[in-house]
Amino acid sequence: MFDSLKAENFMVVAVAEESRGAEAARPWIEQAAPGYWCLIDQDHRLAALYGMVNVPQCAWIDEQGRVVRGPEATGSTDHFRQMDLATRTMTPDLLEARNAARVSYMDAVRDWVLTGRHALAEDAARAALPRITPDIAMADTHFRLGVWLHRHGKATEAATHFAEASRLHPDSWNMWRQAADLDPVGNASGEAFWARVAALGDRPFYKPPDLPGFHG
Amino acid sequence: MTNVLSDAGDFTVDASEGLRLTPDDAERITGWTLKPEGMCRGAVCVPLPAAMTSGGRVDLPAFWRHLGNPLLTDAAKEVWVLGAGAEERNASLIGLEAPGITLPDLAGVPHSLAALRGKKVLLTTWASW
Repeated sequence: MFDSLKAENFMVVAVAEESRGAEAARPWIEQAAPGYWCLIDQDHRLAALYGMVNVPQCAWIDEQGRVVRGPEATGSTDHFRQMDLATRTMTPDLLEARNAARVSYMDAVRDWVLTGRHALAEDAARAALPRITPDIAMADTHFRLGVWLHRHGKATEAATHFAEASRLHPDSWNMWRQAADLDPVGNASGEAFWARVAALGDRPFYKPPDLPGFHG
Repeated sequence: MTNVLSDAGDFTVDASEGLRLTPDDAERITGWTLKPEGMCRGAVCVPLPAAMTSGGRVDLPAFWRHLGNPLLTDAAKEVWVLGAGAEERNASLIGLEAPGITLPDLAGVPHSLAALRGKKVLLTTWASW
């Protein structure tokens, strides 16, 4: 998508929320070798600043530096919750629906770049913002301390701060999954992850963006 | 030396008695400047009890708590984290001006979102986990 739009005064900034640091993100970035900015956010500072709670999430920023959408899921959907957990596979129908939603989201981005459509009016953009509570502000502080301690060889002490961060901000999948991954690699998608997803019940993992033709 | 993490970045400072810093260090880390009327940022000045600035140093944890902002340190008091307060963050979001951030690429080269003013930007996250 970016290559077809880069002549249109458009830029993608892809930020890796990656507390293991740049090396954990390197293979993906080097394989994709995109022409846009790929940045590393070890402390999840971007997520905190914009009130993001999951990946991938995005904000649309206009030429004046104003947020005109977001944060919202970047085309990802909850279809994965219906996968067969024994084989970790999805039916062709589910894969197709998931792919259609992604394509529809990227079409909306393209439409915005070319025509300005789908940018929200100020009131609607404000209404879509998350509200930062004192608990969330404290959770971000615990998380940042946890990342620092983990990086400096104090994994046990770090774990107590990660646990407190998730207790104070249970809606943040970013904090919970990053902490799980910093323990043994892969835990972010392990049994505890699926138990936490199941506990959502009717609540979405990826809240569907309000865009015409988008089916989450 | 003591480590201090704030919205402005990660710092290593020469601290005395907990986290009493020179006014210059306090300003670098917090964006607040020590003036005769208190700690000031832009047009806002917060008067401080004399004990918080005695000896020509700013008692940063006391000041941060005075503002009502989140503050944490580790068991060994090697590192302090000064978080931004919820109300300040909400006010910034509601203004709809995209919060500025500078982050490194794979080579460690810093990039600032502000440099992209004049373009439409899709700012998106991902992770390997």
